[in-house]
Amino acid sequence: MGLFRFKGFPGKGTFPHGIHPPDNKFFSADKAIEVFPTPAKVLLPLLQNIGAPCEPVVKSKQQVAVGELVGKGKAFVSAALHSPVAGKVKKPAMVTLPNGRHMQAIQIAADEDQNPGEVLWEKLSAKDWPTDCISIYDPATISKVIHDAGIVGLGGAAFPTHVKVMPDENKMIDTLMINGCECEPFLTPDYRLMMEAPGAIVTGALLAGRAISAKEIIICVEDNKPLAIERLRRITAQTVIRVAVVQTKYPQGSEKQLVKSVLDLDVPLGGLPSDVGVAMSNVGTIAAIGMAVIKEEPLTHRVISVSGGGIANPKNLFVPIGVSVGELIDYCGGLTKDAARVVSGGPMMGFSFSDMDTPVTKGTSGITVLTHEDVDRENETSCVRCGRCVDACPMNLVPTKLAMASRYKNPALAVKYNINACFECGSCTYVCPANIKLVQLIRTGKQQVAAMNK
Amino acid sequence: MSEKNEISGQGLGSDIAIHVAPSPHLSDQTFTTRRMMTDVLIGLLPLVVMSVYVFRMFAVTQLVICVLACMASEFVFVKMRSKPVTLNDFSAVVTGVILALSLPGTAPWYVGVLASVIAIGIGKVIFGGLGMNIFNPAMVGRAFVMIAFASAMGASAYINADGGVDAMSMATPLTAFKQSGVATSILDLFVGVTNGSLGETSAFACLLGGGYLLYRRTASWEIPAGILSTVIVLSAWADMSGGFGGGFVLHQLFGGALLFGTFFIATDPVSSPVTPKGKWIFGIGAGALIMVIRLFSGYPEGVMFAVLLMNAMTPLINRWTIPKPTGVA
Repeated sequence: MGLFRFKGFPGKGTFPHGIHPPDNKFFSADKAIEVFPTPAKVLLPLLQNIGAPCEPVVKSKQQVAVGELVGKGKAFVSAALHSPVAGKVKKPAMVTLPNGRHMQAIQIAADEDQNPGEVLWEKLSAKDWPTDCISIYDPATISKVIHDAGIVGLGGAAFPTHVKVMPDENKMIDTLMINGCECEPFLTPDYRLMMEAPGAIVTGALLAGRAISAKEIIICVEDNKPLAIERLRRITAQTVIRVAVVQTKYPQGSEKQLVKSVLDLDVPLGGLPSDVGVAMSNVGTIAAIGMAVIKEEPLTHRVISVSGGGIANPKNLFVPIGVSVGELIDYCGGLTKDAARVVSGGPMMGFSFSDMDTPVTKGTSGITVLTHEDVDRENETSCVRCGRCVDACPMNLVPTKLAMASRYKNPALAVKYNINACFECGSCTYVCPANIKLVQLIRTGKQQVAAMNK
Repeated sequence: MSEKNEISGQGLGSDIAIHVAPSPHLSDQTFTTRRMMTDVLIGLLPLVVMSVYVFRMFAVTQLVICVLACMASEFVFVKMRSKPVTLNDFSAVVTGVILALSLPGTAPWYVGVLASVIAIGIGKVIFGGLGMNIFNPAMVGRAFVMIAFASAMGASAYINADGGVDAMSMATPLTAFKQSGVATSILDLFVGVTNGSLGETSAFACLLGGGYLLYRRTASWEIPAGILSTVIVLSAWADMSGGFGGGFVLHQLFGGALLFGTFFIATDPVSSPVTPKGKWIFGIGAGALIMVIRLFSGYPEGVMFAVLLMNAMTPLINRWTIPKPTGVA
């Protein structure tokens, strides 16, 4: 590494506690992004983000064009949905997403002989991204375009972006932080995007910064991505944007931890980065803002990595939202013999699932296929209170106490130990020598607390 | 939790079974509970070697008796609770070795056996087995035989001039100092060619093994740091005010069971606090109690009682030291 020289920012480039799992980026880090050929059909779940579902505005048998609006978000915290292909709307289908939500989805059969992905990727990876004349865009308009383009956080949480990137007189936002940490092992979509489409990120960052009148724009990257750092530094040299190189440590990409690392600010418990004057978006999201404002393209495609020891040929792909995971796996040569678990997202916080017809949603950052060697563990033994979970917890909690409070159904004790501060990063479970599924117990404990408070 | 739905991947080749489980999907398998126990045994190795070197067959006999008795007790008591036998976590072996090293070599066989039965049965299994006990099992067993067999465990019991072992012809260093004011040379204490409980004589072996435990992070550094700094401060203070004539600090550090107890008994994670702050409180409390007992009580040594008293305080310390989550002012 050796790149970790953290200067010019108030923070230390790292946060208290955390863990160092093997990053396993080598599977796909050096694979250039390929455009995935247009699939025969796409399946667009009506809720792909945090917030309210959108409502379909197309009927079955209707013909739609690429980028045409097919679902409209009515609530404030919701997002629009656009067709990634030209084709014919079919009967609505029901899908179960990896996170367990079961909902209706718009089904579109794609016309033959088209590849909108090629066109979009050409635009996204072009060299013509402007860095001046950003001031001709009106802040309120930028926010509206983001809303209309259906942009949500592409890092995984899928929070509607217009809610964050919006001129607001009540909340003083002075810093825009762009999250390119990608601290989850295996995942590489953000890395490849920084390598291959840095222009879109820079323009998007300037636009988002303008929308919220940020005084400072910082792109944060972990020090295990020296080439991306180099590239971003070169391209941002003539702009106000600064690149912060933070330490490679999990969960560095968690927003509260990253705010601490770079700005040395504590986001209050239960609060958001906006409470300390920070807006944070993932690099993919920021590039999508560039695409929406400058190239007038709604969010219909995204970069994902298909990686892990359980995949024959790991790749980074530019795919239409709604393509089935099975097709992506087949495109990458299928599963290997020792494939054991398919995960949507990274191995620390991703959801495992078994239905290969599951569609890719806006928040799917990768498909990680783990092997038996990755997932097998010895049987659970008793907690010897060694305190490793305490040393790992980035929120400074006592995970073993929370888990035992949950196991022995004592929600009052769990509240005393601040169970709701846990954001389920999985660090405690990763380090536990007794192989106790602490996070899963804590999830159950949170439900017990919710039931108690009813 | 952790149910596994076995559904074969559809259209992906029928022989691949894809499992579903909650996140996180990775874990650090290089460090398990059994590995921790193995670490402790590796850390104890220098002490075992030293005890066999100094006390010859006395040490070998005591070690074999205690380890076997601890394993047998674990087996019997766990069977009585109709629970799966947990011998393969090695914790009974660790208790056995620590218990043997804390006894005088001359203690008769039934003392070792009884101490083992009490350590495992009353000290551990009765509370619910590994991880549930409040007190350090080895110290529970030792405290029992120390009171039940005062003569076999008292200062005179350490001396067996006929045993053919040089070290056993003299009083233990702390007893000699307490009763007749004779200070054993620091070098002897450091190397360990003195009389005492099997594992406590060599400061060098304790530092070597303890250093390994700290390096492996199997023992947390806060507890030894708390104990040793407190003992240094209090013994320096006693030296300056009591006129022990210098060298008292090193004598207190290297003499008796201090280093053995600090690295191998007080650091038992089960019976010590879980947070770093709690560990400091535990260490400082234990260090203070050790010095109070050594200086003011009839016993020459106080490590065992200090650790047991702090064990009793541990639930309370845990309750005092609930850490503030990130973001709470």
